[in-house]
Amino acid sequence: MSRRLDEFWVTMLTQDFLNRRRTWMATLARADRSAIEAQLSAEPALPDHTRLRGPEAGLVMVRGRMGGSGAPFNLGEMTVTRCTIRNARGQIGHAYIAGRDGQKAELAAALDAALQDPEDGAGLEARVIAPLAEALVQADNTIRAEAEATRVDFFTLATMRS
Amino acid sequence: MAYVAVKGGERAIDAAHDWLARVRRGAPTVPEIKTDQIAEQLGRAVDRVMAEGSCYDRDLGALAVKQAQGDLIEAAFLLRAYRTTLPRFASSLPVETSAMLIHRRISAIYKDLPGGQVLGPTYDYTHRLLDFALAAEADSGVAPAAPLPPAEPDQTPPAVTPRVLDMLHAEGLMGAEPQSDATPGDITREPMSFPAERDIRLQALARGDEGFLLALGYSTQRGYGNSHPFVGELRMGDVSVEIEPPELGFAIDIGRITLTECEMVNQFGGSKTEPPQFTRGYGLCFGHGERKAMGMALVDRAMRAEELGEDATAPAQDIEFVLYHSDNIEATGFVEHLKLPHYVDFQSELETIREIRRTSQNSTDAAGEPL
Repeated sequence: MSRRLDEFWVTMLTQDFLNRRRTWMATLARADRSAIEAQLSAEPALPDHTRLRGPEAGLVMVRGRMGGSGAPFNLGEMTVTRCTIRNARGQIGHAYIAGRDGQKAELAAALDAALQDPEDGAGLEARVIAPLAEALVQADNTIRAEAEATRVDFFTLATMRS
Repeated sequence: MAYVAVKGGERAIDAAHDWLARVRRGAPTVPEIKTDQIAEQLGRAVDRVMAEGSCYDRDLGALAVKQAQGDLIEAAFLLRAYRTTLPRFASSLPVETSAMLIHRRISAIYKDLPGGQVLGPTYDYTHRLLDFALAAEADSGVAPAAPLPPAEPDQTPPAVTPRVLDMLHAEGLMGAEPQSDATPGDITREPMSFPAERDIRLQALARGDEGFLLALGYSTQRGYGNSHPFVGELRMGDVSVEIEPPELGFAIDIGRITLTECEMVNQFGGSKTEPPQFTRGYGLCFGHGERKAMGMALVDRAMRAEELGEDATAPAQDIEFVLYHSDNIEATGFVEHLKLPHYVDFQSELETIREIRRTSQNSTDAAGEPL
């Protein structure tokens, strides 16, 4: 019984960790490199790392769905840069980010590794990732507000056919 | 006859390219344009180059526009050539356009629809009068965005904007999109073959020439494959792209791209197995490209004629014709290669014509009558 409960909690914690990691990877992919560097400026330096792969630029074939909801088709490619590092604490960090900024990909991979640290990770997440994510939400809200201002109500006049 | 290569001319070619560089730069008294200015201020040109170059990268699109002096087909060509130098890491999960961060979303068939109509940054309803204020030297004084209304607590924006065509589908008046998770065909890996399935057709249209699709779409409206279309929905905004790298084993968001999507609603008279209903034409392209997405949707619907049991008689309904001529990189390559020296080819044509005439002269008498 208790073993099953343990497995349950391990699964839940793993799932929670996975969701957090997906969030920070997405945040790092979308944030500007300068914004990430600005958040890191007050932090102690990240652990040293060695590059295992890249940073290297490549392509991702973007797929859409027919009619928006049907079977997939290939829409076209986008540039992507990936990087994998191992830091001095032995953690492996990955990054795949849109565009061709190799420095940003390496920085994102180094952060991905550091954020996995059981001791420092959560603090780093709160101080570095949370403000970046918040800024991205604000940027979205600005778009939403601009769009909202152009919301339109059309009136239909009596048709000439009736 | 195959093209016969020529040699020589290097000095002249170098000099021509040097002059081209100076012409591209323009008068030195005018400041040189920067690629970030092109990306920011000629964004629609960059969008078109990314769509037809079939490579989403705003910085590269801007660079290509600059290098090609604003010749957008040449710029798309440069982007296509560049993409061949890069390895492909992955294919994305299909993008969820219903979860788009909406900049613009309109429907021409329903006035009131869930999620509402948002005009966004549009040229629709402008007067198309030249704005000389933009030609003035000083900053053109664009009004800054209005300040944000105070955020209402606990009001998270809806994650999904429902699709207009789903409303018709729910009523049973719209043909369903076949569901499948099969790996789609890829014209960048396998040459096209016919009959081409819809995944292949949509890929070709998505990178097809905007002018070609516009003209073909227009032709369907004018009676060449009458489709009687309505814009069910047109939306433009940002979507996240997700991939699932094998080394991670879970899907990650690698960033956002701007897409334009158009769903056309077309009449369909019904067949022996299907009741009369509406059918869809679908357009999706990189960047903000409404004309492109609409043309694509019209042509997509036209090319479904055979599948829906309609007569396929018009150019837009001829799948092979459309797909073989929609790509402006291929088209420009074949048309523009005619400028290259064809001296040997032409020499042989000349000799053939002379020979034919000599033969026919020899076989006629002085009065021109056959002997």
